[in-house]
Amino acid sequence: MHAVSPLTLAALLFAVGVYGMLVRRNAVAVLMAVELLLNAVNLNLVTFSALLRDRLGMGQVFTIFLITVAAAETGLGLAIVLMLYRNRGTAAIDDARELGEDGALGLKRLPSPTPPAASENDKAVAK
Amino acid sequence: MSQASTVALWIPLLPLASAAALAAVSITERGRKAVPALAVVPTAAAAVLTFVVLFGHGTGAATESRVRYAATGGPELWLGARVDGLAALIAVLVGVVATAVQLYSVTYMAHEERYTSYTALISLFTAAMLVVVYSTDLLLLLVGWEVMGACSYFLIGHHWERPEARSASIKAFLVTKFGDVPFLLGILFLAHGAGSFRVEPIVQHAIHQGGHGYTAAGAILLIGGVMGKSAQIPLQTWLPDAMAGPTPISALIHAATMVAAGVYVVARLYPVFLVTPAALWILAIAAALTAVTAALSAFAQRDLKRILAYSTVSQLALMVAALAAGGRDAAVFHLMSHGGFKALLFLAAGVVIHKAGTGNVDELNAHGLRRKLPVTFVTTTIGLAALAGLPPFSGFFSKESIAGVAYETATQSGPAKSVLGTPPSGIGWLVLIATLLTGLLTAAYCLRTWWMLFVPLDRVWLRRDRKAAETPAEAAAEVAKTIVPASETGAAALEALVAASEEAKSEPGAVVGVGAGAGTGVEEGTGAGAAASAGEGAGKPRTGPEAPLAELGPLVVLAAITTVFGFVGLNHGWFASWLGDADGNAYRTAAAEAGKLIQPADAYRLSPAPLSTLLAVLALLLGLALVFSALRAKPGTDPNRVLGLLRRPAREGFHADDLQDAVAVRPVQLAADAVVFLDAEVVDGYVRGSGTASRALGEGLRRLQTGNVQLYLTGVLTGVVVIAAALGFGR
Repeated sequence: MHAVSPLTLAALLFAVGVYGMLVRRNAVAVLMAVELLLNAVNLNLVTFSALLRDRLGMGQVFTIFLITVAAAETGLGLAIVLMLYRNRGTAAIDDARELGEDGALGLKRLPSPTPPAASENDKAVAK
Repeated sequence: MSQASTVALWIPLLPLASAAALAAVSITERGRKAVPALAVVPTAAAAVLTFVVLFGHGTGAATESRVRYAATGGPELWLGARVDGLAALIAVLVGVVATAVQLYSVTYMAHEERYTSYTALISLFTAAMLVVVYSTDLLLLLVGWEVMGACSYFLIGHHWERPEARSASIKAFLVTKFGDVPFLLGILFLAHGAGSFRVEPIVQHAIHQGGHGYTAAGAILLIGGVMGKSAQIPLQTWLPDAMAGPTPISALIHAATMVAAGVYVVARLYPVFLVTPAALWILAIAAALTAVTAALSAFAQRDLKRILAYSTVSQLALMVAALAAGGRDAAVFHLMSHGGFKALLFLAAGVVIHKAGTGNVDELNAHGLRRKLPVTFVTTTIGLAALAGLPPFSGFFSKESIAGVAYETATQSGPAKSVLGTPPSGIGWLVLIATLLTGLLTAAYCLRTWWMLFVPLDRVWLRRDRKAAETPAEAAAEVAKTIVPASETGAAALEALVAASEEAKSEPGAVVGVGAGAGTGVEEGTGAGAAASAGEGAGKPRTGPEAPLAELGPLVVLAAITTVFGFVGLNHGWFASWLGDADGNAYRTAAAEAGKLIQPADAYRLSPAPLSTLLAVLALLLGLALVFSALRAKPGTDPNRVLGLLRRPAREGFHADDLQDAVAVRPVQLAADAVVFLDAEVVDGYVRGSGTASRALGEGLRRLQTGNVQLYLTGVLTGVVVIAAALGFGR
């Protein structure tokens, strides 16, 4: 059996995954794109495992391992997305830029958070 | 045990213990009443012990007591004393002068706040000089030598409130240290050549191996230290400025310690120099120049202490010249007699300055000091006569012996100076001429100084008939007119004197009182002049009797020594046989006949040759006549105007300071500026530049941190693609 078909399929899947990850704004869609990337890699692992007649089946072991990790990662990612949505009312990934530097390229200066009102203790100290 | 050198081991420890005790007192601020006793008694005890060593040594061979201090693998280091005639004699000089100075300081410095630390430093100074004198090891000698340099720094800067004292102390330290660098190298060369730091092997090595290689290099390098400590050209400038220190310190530095150390070291290592004609030539040229120029400078000075300082430079140059001409005995003889009368002169100058409140001889002339200070008058006269070389005072004999040695070396007549050969006759002629010229000038400035101190310049029998001034105020104005053109102080002094005379007009009673106090009617005008200089606020004259006994006592004792000391050189071999041979052996006929002595038996005499004596006495008389005729020709003016055009440069020390400034100080400052520039601009530029560059880099990278995760991922992907492409296509 030729390895061309599964490898081509894996490459296409990977390309789609990269495109989705870099371009989509919705965080859920980005997570789905990441799944595509991982599965493209899984396909490669299985293909080469069969092609090289790996007696220990390391490629398949890695695939199962990766599926497990991907499931956990998706659970975690979805939880983060959920919290993001609850706090901001949107899941658009390029709006979540609070960690960017002030005055960075193409970023508007964020409104500085209002300082908390001085507490009673501070007033006492000021006196 | 009874060896003289065993006693000598302990002598420097006495003043050292005294210094430690005084330092403790000065810290605790208790027991100040015991300070004079703590200062004088150990020093006096050390002086007595130096006599014990001298008579214990007698005319025997050199003795040595030492312990090994450190096994170095190379030449070993020894702690110990080596007593030969030279060391024993110079130690006596040190002990006597130090005791006189300590005794004198008891009253002279008693009112000083820092008297305790001052005496502690004098004791340390004395201990250091005794270490230099007795030490058997050149490195131990160097320790004493450097301690003396440090002590002179502290003592010259005793009045550190005054800027000139501060700068003088720094100058003394730096200039002598400048000479100490080659001195240290010279010691190392000699020790390497002889395989030992001890004096005796080094001297023996020079005698047996001759003057090449390490010995010659060592001798020439040692001269640097000698010039620094003994104030010879080109390192002579620190000594006149050192007058900023208290007067007893000047006496100590100029007579017995510090400046004597340079001459002493040459005398102690004499064979090393004898076998190196180049070193002798350097010594002779420097000394001849120094002797004449310093004598000219002394003639032109106005300050009493500066006159004495320049005369010290000039007399030290005579000793160095005698050493260069092969006359070790004559040089040491003059060192000792000079130590006596120069200490006397400085201590007397202290009395004069305390009494009159000024050291300016123009002003002192008007004080009528002869009547106010009878004891000082007599002792100073003796001191100046000895300095000028008048018989029968000690200076006459020692100077004649130098002239005699120079004459014999010049004509290569008389007995050979040593088995190592007589120095070249050129050195002899040079030294002879310098000695005669210096003798002439010395006589001239001694007479001038004496006259300025004790005899009013416009005595009646000197000047043309003059109508006596009717009131003291007019007399003061007349004195002002007479003195000012001569004193060159110009309009300022004229104004001061005229102002003073106007003051005197308003208060005639006070001036009359001063005039009467000054004595006779002839000197009335002079008395008013004294009032004028006092009105300038020149100082705080001391009132009351002449001086305390503690100050006059040392004067009288030193004057007595000065009067009689010269005669020890007269008899065939008294002084010379005490002094012993240049390699430390005693003079013994048997040894001389066996050819074991460096100096043949005939060289053991100091009594001068007739012809050189005649020449020297002629020079002396010529000098006296010069000043006397100047006094007669224009009464009331300073006789040093006979110097003519030379007077102004001579007063400035022939601008040696400017020369040093141009040759040494300014290049060093330029180099320092260059180093500062290199450090601040070049080295720091790199350091600061690396900081600035990383800041700029960080600022740029910060701009990329937009917070957009997808942008980061794009960057990562681009990087991966680029690396993959590079790896894939780069093969």
